[in-house]
Amino acid sequence: MENSTTTTTTAAGNQAMGVKGFGNKSGAEATGNEFLAFTLGREEYGIDILKVQEIRGYEQVTRIANAPEFVKGVVNLRGIIVPIVDMRIKFELGEPTYDQFTVVIILNIGGRIMGMVVDSVSDVITLQPEQVKPAPAMGTAFNTDYLIGLGTLDERMLILIDIDKLMSSSEMGLIEQAIS
Amino acid sequence: MTVDMSQFYQVFFDETEELLAEMEKLLLAIDIAAPDDEDLNAIFRAAHSIKGGAGTFGITDLTDITHVLETLLDLLRKGEMALTAEHVDAFLEAKDILKMQLDGHRLHTAVDHAAVARVRARLQALSREPHGAATQKSLSAAPAAGMRHFQIDLPAMPRADSDALAGELGRLGRLVASMDADGHARFMLDTAQDSGAILDICTFLVAAEDVRITELAAAARPAGPDALTAAEADQGYGFFEPMNEAQLAGSPLLAARAEAAQGYGFFSPLSEFSTAGAAHGHPDAAGAATAVDAHGDESAGIVADDKRAGARRDTEKTAGSESTSIRVSVEKVDQLINLVGELVITQAMIEQRTDALDPLLYERLMNSVSQLTRNTRDLQEAVMSIRMMPMEYVFSRFPRMVRDLAGKLGKKVEFVTSGAATELDKGLIERIVDPLTHLVRNSIDHGIEMPAQRSAAGKGETGRLSLSASHAGGNIVIEVTDDGAGLSRERILAKAREQGLAVSDAMADAEVWQLIFAPGFSTAEVVTDISGRGVGMDVVKRNIGAMGGAVDIRSARGFGTTISISLPLTLAILDGMSVRVGEEIYILPLGYVVESLQPDAADLKDISGQGRVIRVRGEYLPLIALHDLFNITPQYRDPAAGILVILESEGKRAALFVDELVGQQQVVVKNLESNYRKVPGISGATILGDGGVSLIIDVAALLRTNRQGADEASLTI
Repeated sequence: MENSTTTTTTAAGNQAMGVKGFGNKSGAEATGNEFLAFTLGREEYGIDILKVQEIRGYEQVTRIANAPEFVKGVVNLRGIIVPIVDMRIKFELGEPTYDQFTVVIILNIGGRIMGMVVDSVSDVITLQPEQVKPAPAMGTAFNTDYLIGLGTLDERMLILIDIDKLMSSSEMGLIEQAIS
Repeated sequence: MTVDMSQFYQVFFDETEELLAEMEKLLLAIDIAAPDDEDLNAIFRAAHSIKGGAGTFGITDLTDITHVLETLLDLLRKGEMALTAEHVDAFLEAKDILKMQLDGHRLHTAVDHAAVARVRARLQALSREPHGAATQKSLSAAPAAGMRHFQIDLPAMPRADSDALAGELGRLGRLVASMDADGHARFMLDTAQDSGAILDICTFLVAAEDVRITELAAAARPAGPDALTAAEADQGYGFFEPMNEAQLAGSPLLAARAEAAQGYGFFSPLSEFSTAGAAHGHPDAAGAATAVDAHGDESAGIVADDKRAGARRDTEKTAGSESTSIRVSVEKVDQLINLVGELVITQAMIEQRTDALDPLLYERLMNSVSQLTRNTRDLQEAVMSIRMMPMEYVFSRFPRMVRDLAGKLGKKVEFVTSGAATELDKGLIERIVDPLTHLVRNSIDHGIEMPAQRSAAGKGETGRLSLSASHAGGNIVIEVTDDGAGLSRERILAKAREQGLAVSDAMADAEVWQLIFAPGFSTAEVVTDISGRGVGMDVVKRNIGAMGGAVDIRSARGFGTTISISLPLTLAILDGMSVRVGEEIYILPLGYVVESLQPDAADLKDISGQGRVIRVRGEYLPLIALHDLFNITPQYRDPAAGILVILESEGKRAALFVDELVGQQQVVVKNLESNYRKVPGISGATILGDGGVSLIIDVAALLRTNRQGADEASLTI
């Protein structure tokens, strides 16, 4: 479960996967989809590895006035201003502590860069389509709309999040919603 | 192997467009009674270049019109036909036709072939007119009574430079130049201009303090140059004629040499030279010959007259337009600007880190770093200037519009521009065109009255419309001013009431004028005849607001209206003042900062339900506490302990209460919305020297929101 907290880029992994043409839900390939597994509180989650740009340690953020509590602020990521959200606050999972072990997953959602604070990142796992079961309508902090399903690997169970949908949702409020 | 021509089409189209614009500009500026040869030549060249380009690409309809145009222009520039207003109109029409044809090829828009044929016929008819009426323009008129005579002494310089200067100065009047062995040049110039104009030209190549201009008394001026130029003009383009010494005899050149023999008084005062000139001004031919012999090793004099200078200008211009500019895509430039922005930040980080070092131990490192700082600044300025374009680009399209519109409405309008050289970011310059067009149109349509009306009001029949651009702090201010009837306060208020807007008769003028920016405040039926502005004025205001600018109106009944637009110079970099509140650092754009002060407790007043105000020099300003606004735990809660920064935007002021001023620096503006969303009260973010992020306060929005709540608090006693 524990892992190092230093920055680990997964660019190489992304490329390798990209060549094989993996989609978010396609899952038809014999080799299956790869997910980055991380923990929030005592629950283990997984997101599509292709959405992950890099993993960094937590650094000082600049607070944004009058923003929701889970929006920690913005940081300078090599000249780009990137907002940081803390999933533990948003979904009331675990105690939000910030120390040298706190991890930020930098996501690239449709060209927009954002950071997500989690308790820890464990590993990258490959799940075959038959290992992913539909999520029941209860039992997690996430609305099932944002879930791909539940992945099982040996004794572990991962809650697979549709991170694209979640981060673009009005619930997160990270993106200016078009006024209808 | 075939060459792909399509890649060159765009270049041709761009160039043709520029040439047409240039042509129009020259045509509008031309003085019909006494056209400048150079202008006619320039127009001819433009037509010729278009013809050449179109021929290369096989675009025959363009070559067709330009050919006819060229034939007529050729007659005019050779002086075989006199220029008339009819010609200018025909040329302008031809320009429009060419533009239409060009667009037809480029954008596949419709081309009106009937109009093409009509203009073609008109041009042909004009060029067939008898040449009898032609006035042969004299190439060099006799020196007028107002001519003044100058002697210009220059420091040593390369021959090429002095030649260029001679060419430029030759435009002012009649010039005789000489140069001695070690490169000191001396010019004798007859001109109607003053010494300032001469100095302006000289300073292109030499420092002002090295130039000595002395005005010679008319008597001291040798008679030589007249005879000389006359003789030379006869010989046509005699560039460096072998000196016919007899004619050179009386020239100041020799006077100078003679004088040089007397002790080399190149930088002698005027009086001395005058004496010398008088003594040696009219030596007999033999004496002059001796003088030449005596100084035979001196370089030959340069003799320039108007005609030759003109010829050289031609070559300079052609060569210049080919080699001095390159086309680069805007994306590349923007990328460069971004990279330089990063470099500036990195440089600031290095500077900050070295500050902590012992200056004695690391002296050489410190020196290098400060040099890096300077170089980075220079680089940044240079790169930013790439995106800057002169306002000329915008202004140049108005003379034609004003001419046409005034003609259509039967009004007389004199159009003046100033500050066309003021530079503005390219992105802004393109977006300012539409709002400005709107304002200029409004001024002519509604602002300036009909000639009869103007006479009745005791004004001249010709209205004056001026367009100006200037720098004011970190902003550029563009003003459209007319001397028309001015805005009608009563009518605007009446209209506003009709529209159900909250107004009162006690409103200040400035607030009344702002009403015309209200959406839907169409003045079509109400304010038109007297003052009527507001047709789409809300769009104007919105567009300018989107550029980070503000619009202000000043108007006086019967005296005219000025609409003033102020825009930030560039969107990418701004001068900021960093302020601290609690643990947080915010940036205030310096353009909004008027002053900062430590208030006296006695000057702070509470207004029940309205918050606090502060008295600054007799004026009460609303107090905005940044820590309240942004929910920060501040160091001080008492304004008297902290600092107040007085901010001004759109004519409104307020005092912002912060803990401390940190410093002043240039910041690279980063968009917060590219990865996040718009944050109220924040216009962007920037990266500080330590790599951290700081937010930039949207002062204009801050004052706007504050105004709604506490407008009444700003009272003047």
